[in-house]
Amino acid sequence: MTEPYQLTAWEAAQALQNRSLSSSELISSVLRRIGEVEPKVHAFQVVIADKAKEMAKEIDDRRARGDSLHPWAGVPIAVKDNFCLKDAPCTCSSRILENFNPPYHATVVQKMLDAGLIPIGKTNLDEFAMGSSTENSAFGMTRNPWDLDRVPGGSSGGSAASIIADETVLSIGSDTGGSIRQPAAFCSITGMKPTYGRVSRYGLVAFASSLDQIGPMTKDVRDAAGLLQIIAGHDPHDSTSIAQPVPDYLTELTGDVRGLKIGIPKEYSIEGMNPEIEKNWREAALFYEGQGAECVEISLPHTEYAIAVYYMIGTAEASSNLARYDGVVYGRRAEGPFENIVDMYRKSRSEGFGSEVKRRIMLGTYVLSAGYFDAYYRRAQRVRTLIKNDFEAAFKTVDVVLCPATPSPPFKAGEKTDDPLEMYLSDVFTAPLNLAGLPGIVIPGGFSSEGLPIGIQLIGPALSESRLFNVAHRFQMETDIHKRRPTL
Amino acid sequence: MSITADEVRHIALLSRLELSDDEVELYTGHLAEVLKYVEKLKELDVDDVEPTSHAIPMFNVMREDEVMPSLPQEDALENAPDRADPYFRVPKTTE
Repeated sequence: MTEPYQLTAWEAAQALQNRSLSSSELISSVLRRIGEVEPKVHAFQVVIADKAKEMAKEIDDRRARGDSLHPWAGVPIAVKDNFCLKDAPCTCSSRILENFNPPYHATVVQKMLDAGLIPIGKTNLDEFAMGSSTENSAFGMTRNPWDLDRVPGGSSGGSAASIIADETVLSIGSDTGGSIRQPAAFCSITGMKPTYGRVSRYGLVAFASSLDQIGPMTKDVRDAAGLLQIIAGHDPHDSTSIAQPVPDYLTELTGDVRGLKIGIPKEYSIEGMNPEIEKNWREAALFYEGQGAECVEISLPHTEYAIAVYYMIGTAEASSNLARYDGVVYGRRAEGPFENIVDMYRKSRSEGFGSEVKRRIMLGTYVLSAGYFDAYYRRAQRVRTLIKNDFEAAFKTVDVVLCPATPSPPFKAGEKTDDPLEMYLSDVFTAPLNLAGLPGIVIPGGFSSEGLPIGIQLIGPALSESRLFNVAHRFQMETDIHKRRPTL
Repeated sequence: MSITADEVRHIALLSRLELSDDEVELYTGHLAEVLKYVEKLKELDVDDVEPTSHAIPMFNVMREDEVMPSLPQEDALENAPDRADPYFRVPKTTE
């Protein structure tokens, strides 16, 4: 028998609307599942059980009264712990924010609540979203539900793990260099980073402001389209949000790929790529050709510079954004006495930040400092232009780009923690999109011979989310890879 | 270009961080490795390329100059590590 926690959001919505399921039953089922598997997975920083039950009852009462509700009202959602949700902790997996309770809702959180979605908990992440494994959390790592010895990816590893472990129906994450898409690939879920500016960042704790974007992490493409529908749109509180109207993603979800031109970037066949990833990518291309699309080789010549550019720009912006944690207005302050205020700043920050965050703050401070600014930061910004131009040229001849999500399947916990550069390189296929501001979706593409998930990524021009959903949906219409679940 | 332990100590001060000697040694190695990796950006001739600071071009986003609701004072003070209402309290900032 299907347990309610196994449902997708659109399946749950149908059951809620025809009254074969109540939101209270759905929430209880999900909470029971969390109780069973959370000790193994540790996807959550905090579970919001009582409030969720209360909200579910309210939605059930309103539905019984015949109130006009969003079709998804009453469906639970797991929220990455770097989004401000009033009256709940927002730790960003950092000691420095251990006791911080935001006094306001992020815009996306407000939009979720307006649609009647029920926050079921805050999910684990690498501290301040800096990492690719969720091992850099001050409160313990999350484990990959497919193999508990392996990482779930990161930084949105808790959100990805909560979806594949069926500890929630929907989830949401943020993506600065791959933080939605890489864990989506590692856990075998669907994850989209929309166009920069499509979703308001107001209330998302800032990491690198010109790269950060919020997106859905879900059990299938239909859920991702429906969730983006809820959270997208212009916001006067975020001056970088895009003013264009949000299309009706669900109505436009036909799965039609006939006549579509798909680009296969030759530079993504990198040295050292796992051969099973390469094979899965080729098979995905053949799949789309079988569905009436045409695959052509393209060139994105500056791909090999993307990680270097990303780590210059990302750390520079992070060093500036994280300057706000000074132990004055909110967050941790070290125990005094202090010699002076700088001493207070230094002690508070040194106690509060973990080692990867310190490393990135220092790297960012270095590349922005007098004498190095032009050589590192300004040069990286110029190469960023070349990477953006590569994509613009490609999209003159193709509709979407198809490539792997990651160069390897999920790696073992501890395998890369002593080698920061090696860890950074796991973003090689995802970071270029953040630099160019483009949307990308990752869907489950298959499994390695060891049974580990492999993701495929589709990239489109700015604001082509509808097209990406369609192409990804076709794959899920014809295959059942996204329906497989690990045994926990 | 390599980086010395003294430079790392200076960067730590600019970053408002305090590092132990072990941390200085660790980060000197890590930063040197990353900086060596990014040297590859010097292979490209970018003198005539405009820098991109934002992928989606937007300039001077303005709104009407109207008074809007803002965070109430009590809410803003709620998370303060130390307060002397209605202010945040900090150590003496002048000598």
